[in-house]
Amino acid sequence: MNFFTESFMQLLGRAPRKPKPEDFTPEVKQIHFYKRGEKVDLEAIRAEHMGHHSNKWRNRRWATLIVVNFLFVVSYYFDVQVLEGALTASRFIGFHMADLNSALQVMLAFKHMVLNLVIGTVTIFILWLLLGGRTFCSWVCPYHLVAELAEKIHLWLVQRKLIKNHEFHRGVRTVFYVIFALLALVTGYTVFETISPTGILSRAIIYGATLALGWVAFLLLFEIFVSQRAWCRYVCPIGMTYGVVGLFSPLHVVYNVESCKHEGECRKVCEVPHVLEPVIKGRARDVNVPIGADCTRCGLCIDTCPTGSLRYEFRGLNKVL
Amino acid sequence: MSEDKQHKSDAPVEATTASELPIVNRRRQQERRQFLRSLMLAAGVVGVSAMGYIPVARSWNPRLRPPGALEESELLASCIKCGQCVQVCPVEAIKLADIMDGFGIGVPYVDAREQACDFSCDGLQCILACPTGALSHELNYPAEIRMGFARLDRPDLCLAMQGKGFKGRTRGEDFKGLFRYNEIDRWKPQRLHDQQFDVEICDLCVRHCPIEIRIAQCEAGEPPSGDINQCPPRHAIELQPEESINGVMRMRPVVLDGCVGCGACEMVCPTEPAAIVIDIESIVERV
Repeated sequence: MNFFTESFMQLLGRAPRKPKPEDFTPEVKQIHFYKRGEKVDLEAIRAEHMGHHSNKWRNRRWATLIVVNFLFVVSYYFDVQVLEGALTASRFIGFHMADLNSALQVMLAFKHMVLNLVIGTVTIFILWLLLGGRTFCSWVCPYHLVAELAEKIHLWLVQRKLIKNHEFHRGVRTVFYVIFALLALVTGYTVFETISPTGILSRAIIYGATLALGWVAFLLLFEIFVSQRAWCRYVCPIGMTYGVVGLFSPLHVVYNVESCKHEGECRKVCEVPHVLEPVIKGRARDVNVPIGADCTRCGLCIDTCPTGSLRYEFRGLNKVL
Repeated sequence: MSEDKQHKSDAPVEATTASELPIVNRRRQQERRQFLRSLMLAAGVVGVSAMGYIPVARSWNPRLRPPGALEESELLASCIKCGQCVQVCPVEAIKLADIMDGFGIGVPYVDAREQACDFSCDGLQCILACPTGALSHELNYPAEIRMGFARLDRPDLCLAMQGKGFKGRTRGEDFKGLFRYNEIDRWKPQRLHDQQFDVEICDLCVRHCPIEIRIAQCEAGEPPSGDINQCPPRHAIELQPEESINGVMRMRPVVLDGCVGCGACEMVCPTEPAAIVIDIESIVERV
């Protein structure tokens, strides 16, 4: 099965497909064969790995996210022209940058694109093409950070059996994507921007608190009490846009099957667990498998993995990170 | 939940006939529930976002838009809601609308009474900053702008109409409005409330009109930024003598067709409420 098609179909909402026998490379077949023969005591492995704990990538990511958003604030308050504007569109030391989804909404609604916007869109496209697409979500989007904190509360409540998580069909995000694109095209208004927590939060951080934060609070409460990470998983068209960019990106989290003990800890911390399908025993099609486009490259799985089976890789520059 | 119970009571019967049936049913039921839930989510989110149309359709908040703003519906379509115009304005006249503006969220506006645009930047910084052309890049000089049009809304309150002068400071103690006076400091905006005035007949609106200021500069041979293209072709406001009552000389501020609707007159007007206000006229043909 082609990596692109599979990755794209997962992005659209299809559940990951079990690989067919002919999809496996001979090398990985051998590894799977040996692993099948091994006697596994999952409890023992878990006990052995109990002490493993790292927040390396999470800390780097949070620091980056805060610094980027802080740069906007600093640029405005101290009138230094480093990063002016908001996450929807900005200027980095004078260079135009435009969020791909916001630019798309404007383009569809206005049906006209000025040169500045074209430049900004191309710049951002290239930037996130190099950096992995949905990297934007986990490394820059302020909603991602607050949603991560809300998720901790959600998981705590679930653990105490006070609430139940309600899952939706991931395909609903594709439906949203089409609906919002059509709404912009037909009505001539950038309808999605009205409810985009990314735009609302980014503007609130830079220009001061707004009533719109009430909507963001509502979303967070929904994620805490009803459905884990609902906005990022099932709704946000921004994530979808960057996901498509990530499809062509050389930067991936790559899974290596050899040392993996298949405890599944990585899938528990992942925002989009369907992308980690290859870590399930017997599913990896190759010894090294790049994780699909819907992956936000947040690195939580890398932090969690006690055997180092997951790592960042920039295709062509092997193991730079 | 009731479905759940039903299912349980059905299960043993089915199990006797076909052992796999309950499992299949259960999964189907879950899938159906998930599908319905997803449908509700979709309807909910799209419904909430569609509500943003109400304030726009009802024009709950008619807004004075920044210089060069396209016609209202085009502005809402083309604005990317980034606030770069907000950041460059030297007198901080531009604000971003909140969620009560619906689809207009994050779109810039000017609250003239609080802080008018004084055009002291000459170069129309907000237009230059706009990445999408929502503030039209075709406009280069303040005199080409038409944000709105000033109107003497309360002639009975107007001091000049009563033949009164004005002495002291305009607006209240806590008024934060700024204005850049070329003669005080070209670059540093001054607090309007800090200015002392003493005029025989109140002409604060005329003397704060950016168009009139420009015309005066041009007549003095010192066009703004040394560019004669900055010179406005037409006057915007002047005081015209009114019929006197009981021998008191009265003057009427008359708005002329050179008015750009920046709102400086509304901001500076010492009466409460302002005697002169801006009518939002984005439909007016551009000069």
